[in-house]
Amino acid sequence: MKSRRLEQGGRIDRAKSIGFAWDGKSLTGYQGDTLASALMASGQQILGRSFKYHRPRGIMSAGVEESGALVTIGKGSRTEPNTKATVQELFEGLEAFGQNAWPSVRYDLGAINSLFSRFFAAGFYYKTFMGPKALLGQGTGFWMLCEKLIRQAAGMGKASRDPDPDCYDHAHAHCDVLVVGGGPAGLSAAAVAARAGLDVLLVEQDFELGGDLLNQPEPADQQRRKLIADVQRQGVRIMTRTTAFGLYDHGAAGLVERVSDHLPGINHNLPRQRFWIVRSSRIILATGAIERQIAFGSNDRPGVMTASAGRAYLNRFGILPGERIVIATNNDSAYQTATELEDAGAVVSLIDARENVRSELIGLLGGSNISLRIRAAPLDVKGMRCIKALEYTTATSQGWEHGGVEDCDLLLVSGGWSPVVNLLSHLGHKPIWNREQACFVAPETGSPVLMAGSAAAIWNHEDCLISGQSAGAGAAKLMGCSVRQKKNPKAGGWSGPIKPIYEVAVQGRQLKSLVDPQHDVTTDDIRLAHREGFVSVEHLKRYTTLGMATDGGKVGNVIGLALMAEALGKDIPDVGTTTFRPPYTPVSIGALRGRNVGEHFRPLRRTPMHDWNLEHGATMTMAGLWHRPWYFAQQDEGIEQAYIREAATVRETVGLCDVTSLGKIAIQGPDATEFLNRVYTNPFAKLPIGKARYGIMLRDDGIVMDDGTTWRFSETEYFMTTTTAHAAKVMTWLEELLQTRWQDLKVHVTSVSEQWAGCAVAGPKSREVLMASLESEDVISNENLPFMGVMQTLMKGGMPSRIARISFSGELAYEVYVPSDYGESMMNLLWERAKAAGGCLYGLEALGALRIEKGHVTGAELDGRVTIEDAGLGKMASPNKSYIGKSLKNRPELVREDRPRLVGIKPKDRSKTFNAGAILCKQDQVSGMGEGWVTAVTHSPALGHWIGLGFIKGGHEAWKDRTAIVADPLRKEDVEAEIVSPHMFDPKGERMHV
Amino acid sequence: MLRIACPFCGLRDYSEFTYGGDAAVVYPALDADEDAWHDAVFMRENVRGLQSETWHHVNGCRMWLIVDRDTLTHEIVGVRPAHPEWANVIATETGREKHEKPQA
Amino acid sequence: MSRFSLWSIIQNGLNRQRGWQRQWRDPEPRDKYDVVIVGAGLHGLATAYYLAKNHYVRNVAVLEKGWLGGGNAGRNTTIIRSNYMMPGNREFYEHSLKLWEGLSHELNYNVMFSQRHHVTLLHSPAARDSAARRYNTMKLADSDAEMWDLPTIRKEIPHLNYDNARFPIIGAAVQRRAGNARHDAVAWGYARGADSLGIDIIQNCEVTGVVRENGKVTSLQTTRGEIGAGKVGLAVAGNTSRLWQMAGLGNLPIETHKLQAFVSEPIKPLLDHVVVFGVGGAHFYISQSDKGGMVFGGDLDWYKSYAQRGNLPVVQDVCECATSILPCLGRVRLLRHWSGVMDMSMDGSPFICKTPVENLYLNAGWNYGGFKASPASGWYFADLIANNRAHETVGHFTLDRFRKGVNIDERGAGPDPKLHG
Repeated sequence: MKSRRLEQGGRIDRAKSIGFAWDGKSLTGYQGDTLASALMASGQQILGRSFKYHRPRGIMSAGVEESGALVTIGKGSRTEPNTKATVQELFEGLEAFGQNAWPSVRYDLGAINSLFSRFFAAGFYYKTFMGPKALLGQGTGFWMLCEKLIRQAAGMGKASRDPDPDCYDHAHAHCDVLVVGGGPAGLSAAAVAARAGLDVLLVEQDFELGGDLLNQPEPADQQRRKLIADVQRQGVRIMTRTTAFGLYDHGAAGLVERVSDHLPGINHNLPRQRFWIVRSSRIILATGAIERQIAFGSNDRPGVMTASAGRAYLNRFGILPGERIVIATNNDSAYQTATELEDAGAVVSLIDARENVRSELIGLLGGSNISLRIRAAPLDVKGMRCIKALEYTTATSQGWEHGGVEDCDLLLVSGGWSPVVNLLSHLGHKPIWNREQACFVAPETGSPVLMAGSAAAIWNHEDCLISGQSAGAGAAKLMGCSVRQKKNPKAGGWSGPIKPIYEVAVQGRQLKSLVDPQHDVTTDDIRLAHREGFVSVEHLKRYTTLGMATDGGKVGNVIGLALMAEALGKDIPDVGTTTFRPPYTPVSIGALRGRNVGEHFRPLRRTPMHDWNLEHGATMTMAGLWHRPWYFAQQDEGIEQAYIREAATVRETVGLCDVTSLGKIAIQGPDATEFLNRVYTNPFAKLPIGKARYGIMLRDDGIVMDDGTTWRFSETEYFMTTTTAHAAKVMTWLEELLQTRWQDLKVHVTSVSEQWAGCAVAGPKSREVLMASLESEDVISNENLPFMGVMQTLMKGGMPSRIARISFSGELAYEVYVPSDYGESMMNLLWERAKAAGGCLYGLEALGALRIEKGHVTGAELDGRVTIEDAGLGKMASPNKSYIGKSLKNRPELVREDRPRLVGIKPKDRSKTFNAGAILCKQDQVSGMGEGWVTAVTHSPALGHWIGLGFIKGGHEAWKDRTAIVADPLRKEDVEAEIVSPHMFDPKGERMHV
Repeated sequence: MLRIACPFCGLRDYSEFTYGGDAAVVYPALDADEDAWHDAVFMRENVRGLQSETWHHVNGCRMWLIVDRDTLTHEIVGVRPAHPEWANVIATETGREKHEKPQA
Repeated sequence: MSRFSLWSIIQNGLNRQRGWQRQWRDPEPRDKYDVVIVGAGLHGLATAYYLAKNHYVRNVAVLEKGWLGGGNAGRNTTIIRSNYMMPGNREFYEHSLKLWEGLSHELNYNVMFSQRHHVTLLHSPAARDSAARRYNTMKLADSDAEMWDLPTIRKEIPHLNYDNARFPIIGAAVQRRAGNARHDAVAWGYARGADSLGIDIIQNCEVTGVVRENGKVTSLQTTRGEIGAGKVGLAVAGNTSRLWQMAGLGNLPIETHKLQAFVSEPIKPLLDHVVVFGVGGAHFYISQSDKGGMVFGGDLDWYKSYAQRGNLPVVQDVCECATSILPCLGRVRLLRHWSGVMDMSMDGSPFICKTPVENLYLNAGWNYGGFKASPASGWYFADLIANNRAHETVGHFTLDRFRKGVNIDERGAGPDPKLHG
């Protein structure tokens, strides 16, 4: 292929030359070039290597269907493998590299695979590499050895292992009509719809509007500019460099806009790409059509490309793509190309597979030196690295037979056109076969998607315009506008019919004819699939990998299907259709994820005292989406010394702990009491005003959902707290119950989790600390605020607060809530007094230690499989009332005596430690599923040794005088343990009542 | 992208909502027997086609809605508040802008 | 059936691949079979294979409405593991993993089971403790399990996000024998194996009615005529409720949901393990296929659906997860995404059981997990059909377990099918 840039013509700007590098070699192109056109103009021919056989590949198209010129662009963390050179805009400094080859795509040792290709037919992997069973047994070892090598050979480009440094944006848009495709049909559709008063968004994947007009000689540009001016005048919103990659339910489309992929250097102010979700009422697909290949010998050689690509390189990029050009066609579309190439200086000959060609077409060639052979088709490409000559066939009544050989450096092929119906396929509509036009077209869907132009198999330019106008008017009509709609032109538009040929072969000749060039799927592979029974389209695809490459079957699917139909002796529609999945063209994962990456992957929740905690030495830990204080280390304390000191301090004097993350729900209304009484297992009907009650709520299936305290402030108002983990779930649950099940109850629930900041004040000196923080100390005296009492009062400085005398630590303790903005003030107030009383700040780890000593349960125990009895809280299930879960909690397996129950665990040798997540086993049977498990462990400052909570079959009564083994084969040695009551410290709860 | 015309908030992406379940399920009285509860909690008709179902506008008005939706085509043909009193309010409210159904 | 071997590859290589035969026949349905399995997915095909192989029941047909292996067999992320801890599940999935380990040889079909380690990332002490319970149970029950600390996982998978992750990685729970396989090959291998044992696999044959007489199923009406059946086994994930209703049996503890899956363009080896990530409400799993595509997936679309297509919020979420753990994936392109419909059961565990109809058997409710289960599923379902009693291992996989209160809810998510996976 002796391609060269012409002195004039094309849409490139010869005044703006652009330097770029190909495999380290410096080259230049012009503004307006794609990487492919610049490489072609520079005479580069072998740009890639195929997936399996490493066959040399050059440019095969001028668009998104490219299967040959797949290259890696960029370096280091900006490496982008598998880029289609045909759609990559050229920019100053672009670095591109060959891939899937060693040492280079021009001389690739991997091509040795080609020698063995006769053994590597479709599906050969399934038949071997299992390893000799007699020698190696029937494991996976041998396969995994082979797999290592196969994986190295497979893949295409190499991705970076470093984080992608660029940023990506997400954006949203709404419109009445979304027009996909900025060619003549799309432009005219958009103009008509907008003129009818609709809000129209037009997207075009190319960097210029115009579609096929861009590929035509000069006069077409006037029309292009006129069409564009019209849509601009009508106020159509236009997005270029934007691919509509998928259609989704309810009129949504996914777009990816390449914002800075075409700009030199690093653009810190711009995202690399933008992912748009567009919601539209109507969609017009003016997505064009893609020219098909024909399968014949070595039809993948560099120098073989589609005829439309040849035209594009000539007219758009000002390149003469070859000097001696053969154009092989079976339809009208390549004739114009032939004359244009000849005008530009090439020697052109045309071979047309059809028996006769209409005089209009022959007229087109009049006055030129183009030789035309009819009843002729390409058979085999000569030339090992690039095309040198074409052997063609002629049609006889017996089929194809050898015709002759013609020297050439470029072969342009037009095997027919496939309308781009991919996007419609995403919505589940199966394309239907149009026999006359030999292509799949959109079905009548009744859905709000309209097809226009060559996407509707309309080949004639004037008809495409009318078809666009008709689609625009059609969309407007469906939107209720009154517009006049032109009659939609019928599919077709050529002077004579296409002759559907998919493969050219001659009896007895062995050819390597590619159907899906990227994956090296040959016509023989299709026949092999047929021979082996892989005859349904989907089996064919999966067995041969036809259509699975990065072009998504745009090139090969129809040929593969046609060959299978031939093998089966059926018509194409009887074999099946092809289903396209999104995305239409591959989309970077970065664009889809947007900015929600790294530490922004999920929102971070902080309490109003977050900074205060940090200032006071907190080390934070993750609790769901929250950051909570884990421990407050002093000097060089580690976590263990810190939490043990904190827990001990709480038991001795007083401690403060930020408990803001607990869920908080205001429950108001005349039926609030009845509501709570149904939600909780224990009675709430008689909870006095000014009191709180600990409650357990079950799921419908009788398993524990959540626990917490609920405070009563008036006849009609309650304040519920939930666990941190289940705050949102409980809120939703209460709303569901009120709105869908108990619609007679007059209750309103409001999440107030964000409104209140909370602090636990725990320890023997908690009352004196809290009293000193209140405007009126006496309100919380033992008489005024007994155990489980609640009140609303003012803290010093007039801070409104809610106080409950409740205890998770087992000490005399209070939970104090103030409006969130007062969080820090509350902490300052309390901490000043607590510090004076010898107290401490404590975090989650000490909180855990204190509650484990007391046998209080948390999410570690209430894991969604535990009944209220299992958790040792059976007495909270009222026998005298109805509540959610009451019925199903009594199912036979849930009330068995030998179920695992909550227990305390102590190492027999008190110096030993053990881990949560260990399995409790019988002494003589440390295997199998065990008898129970450990949910939480801590060093107990109160007891002076390690303790744990867990569940074990039968509960602690069944394990009296028995030794359990705490088995932790993952991490630790087994430890002998006693199983005791979970209430390991102050079992009678006297300390809370002082 | 499913779009649900919330009677309170207008046409919104489904990602603002959470799917509840089959709205045809009738939960029995709290003290009903295990069989009645078993059937309500565990057994589903699993409609393939038009189904009435509950959705919660969790990132919106937090109302529970009944959505009539085809589980095969995803077409939505009706949306109303789950609570009958709210449904009445919506039904009788006049002069309110009628929210369009999603078109596709 | 011609055996596959290196020799047969060479022979056919020299012979232009002309010596291969159909891998399974395309028989016309007969009037009656001893056993009819509905659904030629992995579970149905494996069932047929083991009926013939283990129980010598060979007068069997497998009916398929489309093409074999066209349901979730071809729409999954190919992960195989046995990290289950609930009684029943533990033994069942371990047995399945053992069957996988010998499956290529058993079927003389390379299913490409690659035991490349299943690595569950851990992000908090609480998550580590919870995983420890599961992995300790596995280890005590004679499976393999280990915990990796931070230095170990950094060494094994150096390009995960250790720098600015929202949820820093503190370690991983690992099952070495777990991995992935070539999903289509499993369906084809079982189909070829079953066919060679005389079983009729009948494609493009949709069941349209279930004929019952005297409390038994006598035949199935199909688009290819009525087919008599001594026993009928249903293995039609996603459509179980429809068949169940055709048999006049009412409701099931199953909802049909759709799960999306994703594959990237092929790239040279980037990830040598199966990696699972689940924190902050996320659920994500990824591995690389032998062809080079990154294969990944996340959670359901969260609403009931029989449509085999997904929506964008999940696409976005899954890509956030992907780059959250593998920040290098930003420039790798998504090639395809699609979705499958699956039976989501009320506790996330399956059904292999008898039904209220004497000679009708049910295999259903596989949630996200049906692929790895398929060998054992076929094994025990065949055993159930042949012997008309459930093996002890699947004794809990019954429909009445909800009535009894048997809990095999691995996630503890409760009776909301969309929450299991």
